[in-house]
Amino acid sequence: MDIVTLAQATETSFKGLGAVGYGLAAIGPGIGIGIVVGKTIEGMARQPEMAGQLRTTMFLGIAFTEALALIGIVTGFIF
Amino acid sequence: MIIRVLMALVVAVLFYVGMRGAKVVPKGFQNVTEIALDFVKTYISDDIIGKKDGDRFLPIIATIFFLTLFMNIPAVIPGLNISPNARIGMPLVMALIVYVVFIYAGAKKYGFFSFVGKSVVVPNLPPALHLLVIPIEFISTFVLRPATLTIRLMANMLAGHIMIVLLFSATNFFFWQFNGWTAVSFVTIIVAIAFTLFELLVIFLQAYIFALLAAVYIDLSLHADSH
Repeated sequence: MDIVTLAQATETSFKGLGAVGYGLAAIGPGIGIGIVVGKTIEGMARQPEMAGQLRTTMFLGIAFTEALALIGIVTGFIF
Repeated sequence: MIIRVLMALVVAVLFYVGMRGAKVVPKGFQNVTEIALDFVKTYISDDIIGKKDGDRFLPIIATIFFLTLFMNIPAVIPGLNISPNARIGMPLVMALIVYVVFIYAGAKKYGFFSFVGKSVVVPNLPPALHLLVIPIEFISTFVLRPATLTIRLMANMLAGHIMIVLLFSATNFFFWQFNGWTAVSFVTIIVAIAFTLFELLVIFLQAYIFALLAAVYIDLSLHADSH
């Protein structure tokens, strides 16, 4: 038996891989949302009169960034 | 299914009561509905689409906003417990409505094939790059938009529901142990209440984001020629 067939024959009984996958998927969006919100706060502090427009754009940015983390949740349930 | 019909009835009755015999000078419950509608008009449709076209698409955006909001609310109502949006059906229907509307908006302005062409082709690129860019633009515009709309709403409500269920059932489990573990239940009940409050924020925010993204997609297809 070579190593490929051995690897195929091995069945893992390891539970909780979905949670590990979600943990990995949450790293990137976490950093991303941090950057989005942080930069918006910087912008608001420099130019308070733009705050309303910046807030709308911030929610849009959060929505796009967060999508990856949510896909991470869903794939944990599917696969 | 029952919760969906119930919440749809609640929306219909609220707006019927609020707008029945609407007067120029609002009184009583009409104030509340007008403030709610004005919020959608000012912060979503006028802000994103602009005054002229915003009024044209205000009805569909307001419908989507209030339907999403009221479908989200059962997530924190004891007895109803789960939001209909935590199942795939309801977000899928609403995302498909948005899909049809933003294609309609572009097709009305440019003609259907011209609209698809304009939104897929990025002008002023080197010719060889079109091979790469056209499929990416097509997938991101016509496949990923409704898919991410659906998954965002569903996964948010589902994750909130699972967190609340886990915390409250952990409270129940630890409390009835009647030994040292009972102390843990006081921690989990506090965290559960905190998550319920967070869920209230998420309920509003997701409805806002859903309507906001619908407005953004309509606006993008109204300006399909300027990338």
